[in-house]
Amino acid sequence: MELLSNLGLGFSVALTFTNIFYCFLGVVLGTLIGVLPGIGPVPTIAMLLPITYALPPVSALIMLAGIYYGAQYGGSTTAILVNLPGESSSVVTCIDGYQMARQGRAGKALAVAAIGSFIAGTFATLVVAGFAPPLAEVALKFGPAEYFSLMVLGLISAVVLASGSLVKAIGMIVLGLLLGIIGTDVNSGLQRYTFGIPELSDGIGFVVVAMGLFAFAEIIINLEHRGHREVFTDKVSNLMLTWKEFKEVLPAIARGTGIGSVLGILPGGGALLSAFAAYTIEKKISKEPQSFGKGNIRGVAAPESANNSGSQASFIPLLTLGIPPNAVMALMVGAMTIHSIQPGPQVMTSNPQLFWGLIASMWIGNLMLVVLNLPMIGIWVKLLQVPYRLLYPAILVFCCIGTYSLQNNVFDVVLTVVFGVLGWIFVKLECEPAPLLLGFILGPLMEENLRRALLLSRGDPTVFVTRPISATLIALAAILLIIVALPMIRKKREEAFHEEAA
Amino acid sequence: MRTITHPKDFWAGVMFIVLGGLGVGIAFNYAIGSAGRMGPGYFPRWLGTIMIGLGLLLVLRSFRLQGEPLSFPTLKPMLIVLAAVLVFGLTVVKLGLVIATILVVLVASTASYEYRWKESVIAAVLLAAFVVLAFRYGLQLQLPTWPPALVG
Repeated sequence: MELLSNLGLGFSVALTFTNIFYCFLGVVLGTLIGVLPGIGPVPTIAMLLPITYALPPVSALIMLAGIYYGAQYGGSTTAILVNLPGESSSVVTCIDGYQMARQGRAGKALAVAAIGSFIAGTFATLVVAGFAPPLAEVALKFGPAEYFSLMVLGLISAVVLASGSLVKAIGMIVLGLLLGIIGTDVNSGLQRYTFGIPELSDGIGFVVVAMGLFAFAEIIINLEHRGHREVFTDKVSNLMLTWKEFKEVLPAIARGTGIGSVLGILPGGGALLSAFAAYTIEKKISKEPQSFGKGNIRGVAAPESANNSGSQASFIPLLTLGIPPNAVMALMVGAMTIHSIQPGPQVMTSNPQLFWGLIASMWIGNLMLVVLNLPMIGIWVKLLQVPYRLLYPAILVFCCIGTYSLQNNVFDVVLTVVFGVLGWIFVKLECEPAPLLLGFILGPLMEENLRRALLLSRGDPTVFVTRPISATLIALAAILLIIVALPMIRKKREEAFHEEAA
Repeated sequence: MRTITHPKDFWAGVMFIVLGGLGVGIAFNYAIGSAGRMGPGYFPRWLGTIMIGLGLLLVLRSFRLQGEPLSFPTLKPMLIVLAAVLVFGLTVVKLGLVIATILVVLVASTASYEYRWKESVIAAVLLAAFVVLAFRYGLQLQLPTWPPALVG
């Protein structure tokens, strides 16, 4: 069994003392920051990224993956205890999780979230291990035209899944692509959009963009509202599920895991869509749908499992095609580039230890989440009791130091202020920043592949529709866009996102 | 003259038109080339044009669709939080981590509705100590702890 020997290689890399330590550190730090209200995985990873610079590439990626799972789980904890989702994929967990906390069942909600995430994570690890190699093989046959079309498909699916206006989301992607062009053009050596500023000649760092748009804008918006939060802290006890409860949630966990694994692979998919779809299905097939929204334990189990398997499955397009399907994976690309690894199908063959080590560490990270977080829940609860007025200045300081240490450059810190203003404007105009970040990362790649594809075809644009794989990808993108633009579906989509936000 | 019924879409449209226009305008300085031999101006000019198109669509739509008004409850947090970041950027190399951290906390804290100055002074000092321990000594960050001019 090749799969087994590959996984064996992976575990031999991931189970070294150093890598276990960094995985552990990543999970703890990720949870620590992710628990903070209003801080989702994207700013968490952006903030903690500098810590990984000094590490060897394998350890750095393992730690980052740990941070990601930790941040996701931290977000669920906040969703359940404070009814404040750290990021959009925890929104669904809020619905029943917070109700359970109000009924004094916070411990059980937290336990089911952890167990569901673990089961989902285990399954998704196998999915990644099984699907990545064949997909990577297909990807090796890709030429520039296929890559370009695939990126179009990825960007379009990201738009479709963004809640809110379609036109604005496309606009944000294009703006991101344009921002990604800033810097020296690789072909002509020309400095584009640098306004004569030497620091811009290498382009804008993606951490700068993420920090400004996500972390700073989020803090500002939180401060604009005179918030009153009810934290259920003294009732967190009884973390054990009874056998009867376990049997009740197991099917929900299984369904959530399956939905997440499938939807996560789609470009643009991942945690949000998976969680939402799992919750809706769980409610549809339930014998007592009216109990959802009133503290039904399955309403926590299904979306939590789905968002974990979804977020893990979203590593597949990144590792096999080198294309990040969502904002978190876009950050991962940035992290890989810093360690001079070009993500794509060649990673698996040229760097099998990194590839399989990362996959194995996904499972270890998930195990650590359960082992660590259930006993440590008391600490996270204490952290939630720290008032926001003391938390946010500290978050700001960490963000500043993180940005500075990117290149030991003050200019980057000043630039985050510009993106902070932009991020604030985007929130006010209800323009989602996630598609922008995706476009920003893909911008240079897209231009390069477009240029190469058209060079090979001598300027004939039909190359994108005459090559079979490329044509299929473009057709899929077109179909997606048409489906979403159809008035009837659009109404349904708006309802769906509306229901979720309620 | 019809009234704008969806202000968020309207202003988002204006933003895209302005930024797209800026993109196209600047790209006129770059050689466009042809589809087969793309110059550095080719891709950005297309992107800018698409953005202007999307912006126009949003603006036109905003007279027809219904939407909530823009809300600006207060500008204070935006100005203070970003000022604090700027303060860090401008001081950290010259004055060192300790002073920069303390300044950020002192400035940023005033953005909160529940601002208490005594509390934020204590928090600033404690955080500065933590930052020096964790980042300067723990992660070996290349930043001075104290003002280089004083320490010599």
